[in-house]
Amino acid sequence: MIQLYNVSKIYPNGVKALNDVTLHIRKGEFVFLVGPSGAGKSTLTKLLCREELPSRGQVIINGRNLARMKNREIPYLRRKIGMVFQDFRLIPNKTVFENVAFALEITGASRKEIKKVVPMALRMVGLEKKAGMLPAHLSGGEQQRTCVARAIVNNPVLILADEPTGNLDPETSWELMKLFRDINRRGTTIIMATHAWDIVDAMKKRVVELSQGSVVRDEESGGYGYES
Amino acid sequence: MSLNTIGYYFREAAASLVRNSWLSMASVGTVIISLLLLGSALLLVLNVRHIISRVESSLEITVFLEDGLEEERLERLEEEIKFVPGVARVEFVSQDQALEELKKSFGEKAAILDGLEEDNPLPNSFRVKTRQAEMVPEAAVQLSQLEGVEQVRYGQGVVEKLLALTRWVRLWGTLTIAVLGAASIFLIATTIRMSVFARRREIGIMKILGATNFFIRMPFMLEGMIIGLVGGLVVVLLIYFGYLSLLNKVAMTLPFIQLISDPAVLYRVLGGLLGLGFGLGAVGSAISLHRFLRV
Repeated sequence: MIQLYNVSKIYPNGVKALNDVTLHIRKGEFVFLVGPSGAGKSTLTKLLCREELPSRGQVIINGRNLARMKNREIPYLRRKIGMVFQDFRLIPNKTVFENVAFALEITGASRKEIKKVVPMALRMVGLEKKAGMLPAHLSGGEQQRTCVARAIVNNPVLILADEPTGNLDPETSWELMKLFRDINRRGTTIIMATHAWDIVDAMKKRVVELSQGSVVRDEESGGYGYES
Repeated sequence: MSLNTIGYYFREAAASLVRNSWLSMASVGTVIISLLLLGSALLLVLNVRHIISRVESSLEITVFLEDGLEEERLERLEEEIKFVPGVARVEFVSQDQALEELKKSFGEKAAILDGLEEDNPLPNSFRVKTRQAEMVPEAAVQLSQLEGVEQVRYGQGVVEKLLALTRWVRLWGTLTIAVLGAASIFLIATTIRMSVFARRREIGIMKILGATNFFIRMPFMLEGMIIGLVGGLVVVLLIYFGYLSLLNKVAMTLPFIQLISDPAVLYRVLGGLLGLGFGLGAVGSAISLHRFLRV
């Protein structure tokens, strides 16, 4: 589903973030991206949602070459990718329900459809009882689950999570990982950049390790494998 | 585009207007001032033109002739006058006719002119009309140079003054309005920029979620358009009622001045102002979004 061929990324300020990365990810896979800060994990996720273009090489998602994608096609690519961030990125003056509904609103969905689909997503993440609350009144874990609900409400083919447990305590992190695993079991591909070695070790999923912009390890059901 | 989406655009635009209420009001204010000036200048110019066109029909040049010209010479002179550029009509007024008319204008006191028939002091003259009021001064100069012409008179001053006024209004009015129009666009652009700035986080989230540029921009465009429309609407009301009361006052105190009272002309001016307000808002937003919301 996702293919990267000899991808390099050099930022205008001269920083070499990725160096000749070739990577294939099949539909339905759960992939951890690990490696020290500055190894290129974030750059890789940015390339996948077309926030950045590769300096060299090709990024292909579902047969579409992102470099050849026209600007006006980018929003439609992003609607197929659910994004989860370390800092949640919720809109503070919207309730949980409204935050999740927003992902549908921007696609021009009708009220009827929103009323039908949003509660389903909230039930999936276990927040149906907090639908009317503002993000500020939620715990970190609940905010992140809101973010996950927003990411899955569009039925994306891919979820990109950039250190989703970075701001959460261990127990909450585990609950969130169970949620991701459930979502993955329903067929959604998940790519997760993380520093949480205990989670990576326990999940027994594919691990891609980056170091200084290169893939140094790629193994099925691997462990975290380096000291941070 | 669903109804929900359109509702979203309006809700967001309204929220931004309220959030930056001071700047929004300042923008509306400049739109009002510039459109008010434009509207007033426009009505002034239209009215002056209207008055001139009415004066025009009664405006004629009187060409007084030297005494003792022969019949043949008079006929030749009439032909020459017809060839002067701008001349539309020529009419010969003999000494006797001139005296008759003078008597008429004296009405009951015409008796004091009795006895002048014997030794009429009035000269023969031609009454000349030009096609347009603007042509009068030029034609008058040429007519005065013809042989056998003693003196040329016309509503001296009135035409020049009216024309000078319209020219003055056109020049300074255009300049002032251009400057004020630019100021309104600038302020609207600033307002929109503030709105964009206040919501840059939200815009970032919208991009991530896959919102189209159109969707992101629309509420901001709408915000500028609302500012322009509100300003335009205020101006339309001000000018409409202001002009009606002006018409009333003029009709009472200066009944000989006929201002434009044709509703069709008035509505066209007001409609134009409203449209222009809308346009100012749209251009202001577009400039701001072009510069500050590269998506």
